[in-house]
Amino acid sequence: MDWSAFFLSLLLSLVTVMILLVLGLLIARLMAWKRFLGKGVMEALITLPLVLPPTVLGYFFLRFLGRESMVGDWFESWFHEPLVFSFTGLVLASVIYSLPFAVQPMLRSFESIPQSIREAAWCCGLSYWQTFLRIELPLALKGVLTGCVLSFAHTMGEFGIVLMVGGNIPGETRTISIALFDKVQTFDENAADSMAFFMLLFSLGLLILINLIGDRHFQRLK
Amino acid sequence: MALEVVIKQFEPIKIDVDLSCQESDVLAIVGPSGSGKTTLLRCIAGLHKPKNGVISFAGKYWFDGKKRIHLLPQQRQIGFVFQDFALFPHLTVLDNIQLAMPVSNKARAHQLLARVHLTGLENRKPETLSGGQKQRVALARALSIDPQILLLDEPFSAVDQVTRRKLRLEMLQLTRQLAVPIILVTHDLDEACLLANKMIVLHKGVALQSGKPQEILKKPANATVARLVDVKNLFHGTVIKYDGMSFLQWEAETLRLPENQFKPGTRVNWCIRSADILLHSRIRPSGGVKENPLTVTIKELMLVGGVFNLMVSLSSSQVLLYMDLPPHVVERNHLKIGETINISIPERAIHLMPMTITDLAGG
Repeated sequence: MDWSAFFLSLLLSLVTVMILLVLGLLIARLMAWKRFLGKGVMEALITLPLVLPPTVLGYFFLRFLGRESMVGDWFESWFHEPLVFSFTGLVLASVIYSLPFAVQPMLRSFESIPQSIREAAWCCGLSYWQTFLRIELPLALKGVLTGCVLSFAHTMGEFGIVLMVGGNIPGETRTISIALFDKVQTFDENAADSMAFFMLLFSLGLLILINLIGDRHFQRLK
Repeated sequence: MALEVVIKQFEPIKIDVDLSCQESDVLAIVGPSGSGKTTLLRCIAGLHKPKNGVISFAGKYWFDGKKRIHLLPQQRQIGFVFQDFALFPHLTVLDNIQLAMPVSNKARAHQLLARVHLTGLENRKPETLSGGQKQRVALARALSIDPQILLLDEPFSAVDQVTRRKLRLEMLQLTRQLAVPIILVTHDLDEACLLANKMIVLHKGVALQSGKPQEILKKPANATVARLVDVKNLFHGTVIKYDGMSFLQWEAETLRLPENQFKPGTRVNWCIRSADILLHSRIRPSGGVKENPLTVTIKELMLVGGVFNLMVSLSSSQVLLYMDLPPHVVERNHLKIGETINISIPERAIHLMPMTITDLAGG
């Protein structure tokens, strides 16, 4: 079992989820209630990673954020590390790749809150921030949690984009999926077996735990 | 402590209104669906920003299009009862009410619940309440912020008829205790007449008439208002003068008119309320025999809400008239469909209205 790869995947997923939680909430709320020019295009762009092959996404990432690109060059001169083949680059790629998994459930749950409920909160004197915390967030919590869990699981299991953007640098970009692929390539079946079964149990356990927590929480809300 | 509202906007929905609502006034805004009633209410609450106009309360400007003043709903201290009640589904009844209080006060929340007859339901969630109970919670929540004005958007439309009648009476008692301007949006005229002391008829965003509800029902300003306030007996006629007296030439009938400002030969709209048409008693002669008597045939006889609605046709021209009679009158006179009866159109009950260009074009 490659623990270093497992913990790297775990860290990558947690950082990605934390970024997506903030980003997802902002985007989902914006798209649920605001009408603006280019909303349809924005929705299509957010959904794009769902249908685009990860390798294609990874290729564009390399092309436009690689060391030869303007953005990649600028990033490297500022932070003294390349955007590609680094953990930072992996986080950025994961955020883009998992964005629809976070935004879609959040968006659906915010959309299901009637406008009159938000307006009633404003008329009750609640500020927009208080309305978000005390009314919108509790009502959309199931969607927000689902978005977090889905994007976490998605990031834990991502392969193609990691290989394209991060390569296979131990401790930096070698995630559990890459490590597993590596073991299979080198015919190390025992290691591959233990990794695959561990990941199976880990994912299953995580989902059961989240379901239990979710059920208890939503029972209390009812 | 008066609310003054002047709104002029053409988009997205036309609103052209100038109204004032004093402390202790209950102002009913009536009109068909899409007439802009709810938009007007939302403008007052600060939920919709009008294109132009002025909204002020007690001398303080809430909105001024020219000075670019627009207070947020949170700054207006308004009690708003939404059409769908808009209760917070994840909070208990008590929490729904406490949330609106500047400082959470359980004792006061209990008092408010008692006031709307909901004691004992403090810990229930909105989804477990009946329509009437939800409406009461919404009202208690609106009152919990000590509102400067109370806005009610069709508050009884989502409850059944029996509950509605009960809630209306409770609301009547409540409005008498509150010393704040109350604005009620409704399309139910009975509701407006019961609860309000002022009424505005809104049509396509324009306030067509304002005044006391009974006054508007009896004397609509024009045929459009008459139609909007559901005046069933609305007809055309021509004013004629004979021997110094004024008459109305209507179909083949000539009706005596009270004194009026219309010149002889003027085409007018006229109306009479169903309840104002008199039946000549078949049992003994009555004084009404001489007042614009007409012979009619009963076409329909329906008991609606404890009153008989009669649809009768003029024997001379088959034009239909509607009249309301108490059940005992119908029973004593043995009225039946197909029978011929004599009725009177009292001249004082005839209301004449000028014809608009549209009316004239339509004949």
